[in-house]
Amino acid sequence: MSEQTKPDSRAASATAMPLIVTLVLFAALALIPLLATFYGGGWLTSLAVRAMLLAIAAISLDLLIGHGGLVSFGHSAFIAIGAYTCGIMITEGVDEIALILPVAMAVAGGFALVSGAISLRTSGVSFIMITLAFGQMVYFALGSLAQYGADDGLTLWAAPGFLGGKWLASDIGVYVTVLLLLIGTWALVHRITGSRFGRVLRAARQNPVRVASMGYPVRRYQLAAYCIAGIIASVAGVMWAVQFAFVSPSLSAWQSSGDLIVMVILGGMASRNGALIGALCFILIEESLSAITNDWRLIFGPFLVLIALYARGGLAGLLDRMRGPQ
Amino acid sequence: MSLTLLILQILNGLQLGVILFLIAAGLTLVFGVMGFINLAHGVQYMLGAYLAVFLYGLTGNFVAALVLALPLALLLGLLLEFLVFRHLYDRDHLSQVLATFGVILFLNELMKMLFGPATLSVPPPEFLNFSFKLVDGLLYPAYKLAVIVAGLLVALGLWLVITRTRIGMLIRAGATTPDMVSALGVDVRRLFLCVFGFGAMLAGFAGVMAAPIFAVEPGMGDNLLIVAFVVIIIGGAGSIRGAFVAALLVGLVDTLGRMLVIDGLRLIMNPSAANQVGPAISSMLIYVLMALVLFWRPQGLFAPKAAR
Repeated sequence: MSEQTKPDSRAASATAMPLIVTLVLFAALALIPLLATFYGGGWLTSLAVRAMLLAIAAISLDLLIGHGGLVSFGHSAFIAIGAYTCGIMITEGVDEIALILPVAMAVAGGFALVSGAISLRTSGVSFIMITLAFGQMVYFALGSLAQYGADDGLTLWAAPGFLGGKWLASDIGVYVTVLLLLIGTWALVHRITGSRFGRVLRAARQNPVRVASMGYPVRRYQLAAYCIAGIIASVAGVMWAVQFAFVSPSLSAWQSSGDLIVMVILGGMASRNGALIGALCFILIEESLSAITNDWRLIFGPFLVLIALYARGGLAGLLDRMRGPQ
Repeated sequence: MSLTLLILQILNGLQLGVILFLIAAGLTLVFGVMGFINLAHGVQYMLGAYLAVFLYGLTGNFVAALVLALPLALLLGLLLEFLVFRHLYDRDHLSQVLATFGVILFLNELMKMLFGPATLSVPPPEFLNFSFKLVDGLLYPAYKLAVIVAGLLVALGLWLVITRTRIGMLIRAGATTPDMVSALGVDVRRLFLCVFGFGAMLAGFAGVMAAPIFAVEPGMGDNLLIVAFVVIIIGGAGSIRGAFVAALLVGLVDTLGRMLVIDGLRLIMNPSAANQVGPAISSMLIYVLMALVLFWRPQGLFAPKAAR
């Protein structure tokens, strides 16, 4: 994004420092497969892939929550749509990711277009609830796919090829692909939020009436953001199916959508690295706490309460404050 | 579809509706009066059920367990309000969602730790442990009928409190114009506390009543909470009457829909496929209903101003 075209609040405070944090995070993620050869092995890489896929979904959700002020409580439905599209196509014998990915994105985009057009007629709490309703519909619809495992989920017996090659059949191939997708998503979302489109979105969050009176079709902008976020999340879903070779309706359970929201808030909304840090820390905290005790939620629950009560701006905000007032 | 089956499903629908109403009543007041999204309200229902299990184990008497559980549920609700929720009233919805989500995680895990992950149950009280013969060949447990009757009585009592008493008047006023009520010298915080504790007790009551019918397990309130939110969105936030109508509607749609959808699907596909697809599609019905209501009447069927 160009430096001279971002006069608004959060993005303007983006100095060189957050960019270094981003680069450090990406570099650390790139080194994990190397670390895994010494410690953790497949468990570590699979954990990192899970964290990165959730980070992709969280970054796309931040486009809605943080920038658009649209609290979607059904975002994990798009992950599930992507995962199931992949699972069903592979089961049906289409094992080419170059075909699967566009189809998944089209299905997610179509669903986002319809559900978004309906949901965006409401706002505030009603929007939260209606997106929740759509998420639940997807959850139950996936559970009804009798020939694709129904409630029990669907196991993928083959990894998809990439332009005929066996790239995605190896762990490292999947890892690199997911990492590149994460970097791509991060760059894309920041390109979007820094653009005129992103500024209209943020302005509409603060004062939709005024933006509308300036001649912007507010709802169309929000719908576009909703579709973009849904499509990005579906890409994470496709890779989820590839990595774990198993998809189940619980991907779109409302608790999963809740987890995504937690990641965004934990990291800090509408900040350069917030959703990324949030998702990585969420997985890190989950793993390290569950290593200490089976009842890790006893610690994690109150931790969320404290974050909600006291940590305004999330972890990214905390990082900003550690650098002192500017 | 036979008539007996229809009667059975209507009774089951009413029973689900009544339990939903008990949960939704507190939720809609908290939501309508305070504008507070309390995801942890379903946990109050779970606490009620676990209190029933615990107190039944202690006293060996269901009625005693019920009588003891109610004040304890009230106390637990007030404790949560004091520790967490009161700091959230003037925060945005997102913080409320996050904090109450954390409370859910904590309490679900705590119950799992204290009582184990297995499902528990409580036998219904002795004097209700028999079955009515509704029509030939159809027995219906007296306890389930008692749940319906108790729920309807609570609904009646609640309606009297809301429409006939001073505190009810304040709640109604608070649901429509909280700022004005506050400006007129009413201690809104205390009103909130009152509403909150009462709502927690109703949800706890629902939990105790549900303990002999449903499996008592960690997270048992989570899915019912989502359905209770569907109820208050359909009924209109802040309206007890709306919550009542919507709860019965959702209860009936959910149970009757289950049967009708499967029967309907059998007409167009083979029976085994219909049996597999049917339950999932009928589970979607209430969400479709809610989406339709939100689409046509975003404020709900009985928004507080229209409620009287």
